[in-house]
Amino acid sequence: MTTPNVPAQPAGTQPAGSAASARSAATAQRPMVEIRELHKEFGSLHVLKGVDLTVTRGSVTVILGPSGSGKSTLLRCINELEDITGGSVVVDGELMGYRRDDGGTVHRLHPKVIAKQRERIGMVFQRFHLFPHMTALENVMEAPVQVRGLSKAAARTRALELLDRVGLSDRVDHYPAQLSGGQQQRVAIARALAMDPELMLFDEPTSALDPELVGEVLAVMKDLARDGMTMIVVTHEIGFAREVADHVVFMDEGVIVEEGGPQQVLDAPREQRTKDFLAHVL
Amino acid sequence: MSDPQSHRDPVPNRIHARPVPRPGRIISAIVVLVLAAMAINGLVTNTNFRWDIVWTYLRDVLVFRGIGWTLLLTAGSMLVAIVLAVTLAVMRRSDNPVMRWVSWVYIWFFRGTPIYTQLVFWGLLAVLYPRLSLGVPFGPEFFSFSTKDVISAFWLALIGLSLNEAAYLAEIVRAGLNSVDTGQTEAAKALGMKDSKILRRIVLPQAMRVIVPPTGNETISMLKTTSLVVAVPFTMDLYYTTNAMGNRLFLPVPFLVIAAIWYLVITSILMVGQHYLEQYYGRGFSTSPGGGRLGRKRRRPNKQDLIKASGTTTDPFSEVTP
Repeated sequence: MTTPNVPAQPAGTQPAGSAASARSAATAQRPMVEIRELHKEFGSLHVLKGVDLTVTRGSVTVILGPSGSGKSTLLRCINELEDITGGSVVVDGELMGYRRDDGGTVHRLHPKVIAKQRERIGMVFQRFHLFPHMTALENVMEAPVQVRGLSKAAARTRALELLDRVGLSDRVDHYPAQLSGGQQQRVAIARALAMDPELMLFDEPTSALDPELVGEVLAVMKDLARDGMTMIVVTHEIGFAREVADHVVFMDEGVIVEEGGPQQVLDAPREQRTKDFLAHVL
Repeated sequence: MSDPQSHRDPVPNRIHARPVPRPGRIISAIVVLVLAAMAINGLVTNTNFRWDIVWTYLRDVLVFRGIGWTLLLTAGSMLVAIVLAVTLAVMRRSDNPVMRWVSWVYIWFFRGTPIYTQLVFWGLLAVLYPRLSLGVPFGPEFFSFSTKDVISAFWLALIGLSLNEAAYLAEIVRAGLNSVDTGQTEAAKALGMKDSKILRRIVLPQAMRVIVPPTGNETISMLKTTSLVVAVPFTMDLYYTTNAMGNRLFLPVPFLVIAAIWYLVITSILMVGQHYLEQYYGRGFSTSPGGGRLGRKRRRPNKQDLIKASGTTTDPFSEVTP
């Protein structure tokens, strides 16, 4: 395991989102995500082969690449849905999943501490994964009540606001099975936002949708980006990347082939593999 | 309906075709009805059943006392068994190999030996272990008591029934937990929920949809298994009571009929309860309009519900494009 300069601060000392305004100027300069030399193996399958990525606060990073290139795995390593094999993932100055003691020994964090770390990171899945036994409103209220310990009334008010923001104020009492794919995905976004995340991860959020429903989900995501949310988006929507992304990353076979601004990567790619991929999807 | 427009058929060329003739259906229905009538007639007119005695003793106070004990045994042992079964199922899924192994051995043993034998052994508890004590394992005792003074036949029967049932239920619960999509756990994890909370709030409620129907089946089965507690021996349940009354009057048959009638009545009530439980845990999955919360106002069916209710599409999870 490589050893980047990770501050050896104890986990769980990060202030919640409400204290964000009290951050010092130095904190504001700190990148939201710093990934160094990240490796991930599934048994004998080497999926990520040394990924370095920095995501600045308030930026939108779009990750492109053919299927099997490790895009989703990279995303899942950021919030510890996969435990990493080598390297480090630092979110807002905090090493994810591990702790380094004064002697330099690395310790795996307790699952409860990892759960705490995940609270700050929202995630939206390709297949929505809404809780089918709860209404849209209950889905959005669940984490604030169960994880944050918010009162039901307060969580309800906030959930109604969020559902209104994603344009679903008339669907709050519907169960996921009674909603279209696009509506389900918008509920899923509201559910993630209910935890006031500092970072949002989107894992192919429009890939499971009928073409005419893609637009409504992308509109919500654009709205979020305008509000300054830090976002990492794995997608095949080149149009969205061109319009919204600050930074575009092209991955293939477990490494980052090319990265840069959207104009540079999408319109003037340097690498042949990027050119071939774009020729297929455009 | 007052709108004249609504009387006009929206399908101007609606087909009014004659159905395919199916004489076989009518003939088979008649044959089955005749056979059923013969069976009922044979029951009612046969004087060996002594329906007069059945009617006299059906609501005897001793019978009611037996029903009470049978219900208490059924409910009590199912309750203990469910708690134990969830624990065993969670142990089976644990990362800890000792937990997995202990759970496996428990299920192997209690499913692998006859319930009657187990009940006999529980009845022998006071003989096998005359004194039970609390203390440090393999160390000093703090406190001990005489087994037969503290644990009555009722409790032995309840322990015997519930430990046996837990082994079966554990497999049902495990199947239920496994039926929940792993994406659900991931989504809950991504929200920062702890494992215990994910199990309680997300996985178990969804698993219940799979767990409830076979558990209802097990409850009905348990109701009748309580008739075996004479092995302990516990002698106040419905079956033993009616049997003893029948023997006393030298009329065993009508009392068997009385027992059968009451078991049937209780089973029917349990089936109604199961129906409502299934509806409750099917919320969000139910295809019928209004399926969902107990006592909640019925919602207007949406388009998908109507298509599914027509019964021409069989897959309840598929989305149908009209």
